[in-house]
Amino acid sequence: MIEIVETGPFNTVQDLGRPGYRDIGVSASGAMDPLAVKIGNILVGNAEGAAVLEIQTFPFRLIFKRRSAFVVSGTDGNPLLDGIELLPWYAYNAEVGQVLELKQPPKLARAYVAIGGGVDVPCIMGSRSTSLRGNFGGNAGRPLEKGDRITVGEEAGILPIPASGLGVVEPAVALRAFFPRSAEGSLLIRALPAGEHRLFAGDGEAFWGQTWRISSRSDRTGYRLSGDPVVPMETVEMRSHGVVPGVIQVPPGGEPIVQMSDANTAGGYPKIAGVIECDLWRLGQARIGTRLQFVRSSYAEARAIEQAVASYIEDVRRTSGLIKRALKAMA
Amino acid sequence: MIAPSNSHALQREILSSTKARARVSSIGARSFLLEAPGDFDLAAQRRIWALSQQVKGWSDIAEIIPGMTNILAILKETPEDPDVVVDRLLEAWDNARSIDLKGKTIEIPVHYGGQHATDLPALCDLSGLSDRDVVRIHHEATYRVFALGSAPGFGYLHGLDPRIYMPRKTVPSLRMEKGCVTIGGMQTGVAMLTGPNGWNSIGFAEMQMFDPTSASPAMMAPGDTVRFLPARIEL
Repeated sequence: MIEIVETGPFNTVQDLGRPGYRDIGVSASGAMDPLAVKIGNILVGNAEGAAVLEIQTFPFRLIFKRRSAFVVSGTDGNPLLDGIELLPWYAYNAEVGQVLELKQPPKLARAYVAIGGGVDVPCIMGSRSTSLRGNFGGNAGRPLEKGDRITVGEEAGILPIPASGLGVVEPAVALRAFFPRSAEGSLLIRALPAGEHRLFAGDGEAFWGQTWRISSRSDRTGYRLSGDPVVPMETVEMRSHGVVPGVIQVPPGGEPIVQMSDANTAGGYPKIAGVIECDLWRLGQARIGTRLQFVRSSYAEARAIEQAVASYIEDVRRTSGLIKRALKAMA
Repeated sequence: MIAPSNSHALQREILSSTKARARVSSIGARSFLLEAPGDFDLAAQRRIWALSQQVKGWSDIAEIIPGMTNILAILKETPEDPDVVVDRLLEAWDNARSIDLKGKTIEIPVHYGGQHATDLPALCDLSGLSDRDVVRIHHEATYRVFALGSAPGFGYLHGLDPRIYMPRKTVPSLRMEKGCVTIGGMQTGVAMLTGPNGWNSIGFAEMQMFDPTSASPAMMAPGDTVRFLPARIEL
């Protein structure tokens, strides 16, 4: 059991999402940075897809009501346990009554708190993710509130984590070669042209050529981008069709919207491009105000990045298994 | 098309100018959208239903989202060669035989007009019809659920009389109530969530049509027949 002591709006319980119901209009939801969820869960000995807390408004504080292993992943900020600075991407044990505090991270948008045993809220339609649009799933279908007491599942066995923690090289560092930044420091997000790209003619090139800014009207559903509007040569009344996170649609105003984890399941605006799936977590960690540029990708590149991410995860899983066995043997 | 520089894709575009073929485009690296050529009608949708049943069985498919005379196929992994996926989808479409889904009939009582019918006056202006006629034309028609999407349990209904077609708004209403009976282009439906909505509201329905804790959460399913019953008309 944990209790929420302090929270901002829109912090929620998430897991890897609720795919499989988009054909009845249910968004997949799930963490904006699923890579952080997987790594956090592996480190505390959970299944990769166990439910975690997604913290996107700070400060945030919780109190442990039971001795638990935990990891704060995804973030570049240092969590505090009873006021003592810890490292992100490291597993620690918390004693009963200890308070975990997360302050606004220096650069990134979201922190994930994985707890040994996993956040144990009811599984609805195959997932523990909060559906904010649908008001179901997660913690009573709503964001976390001060005073919420949330059950944590049984741990597979308390890990003998050393007091100095047990951590990983975070993905942004370990996979640096696969996730570059531009010389000016803007985020480079790889995408492929989508269905109506050609309708934009010269504006299509302007879409790839310019630096966009993530506007303040952005949330888990989608990011609105500010920049020079791009407008198709003709207006088309599209028939509603399925969409997935990463789709970049252009409403009549000409400023693109990238659908994110709580993406609508259907859309009708012209689609100029689609972000490749393995770059979505980086977009999920980009804050309002971030400058970004879209880079034309290829299937070969998307596959190469996916394979690099998969082998990173596999590596963490294998290594942490080895270390934990060694620690148990020593204990 | 997926890869404009690719010779396959170019051939297909040339073909499409002489003979209407389905169009396949992509979203990201794993999702492929097939759009049926021709009219927005039941015949095309019946082939989409057939195609959906077939594609759903493919071993590399994670999920499908049937839309309005289109289908989005989401693959488990990024394919090595997207053209192979495009060709498979096009071939499956060409071979898809029309099926009719034996749906149930759903009757939805509607309060036409009143405070929720925020766009009825604009629809009267656009169509040149009286509010009474708009309401009559809407509830006299029989609709088919073509597909679900956009919001949990939301059914896109086909069968709207062309006299009351009305384009989606360029500036959506910021807060349309769940239950509003709406028209979006050639389609009609009942809003399932309160929130921003670009469709045009002409009435209100109380009926609950989605329950996440139920074994079958959505009341509507593709192929169902829907009738709107004028429970009250307030003009």
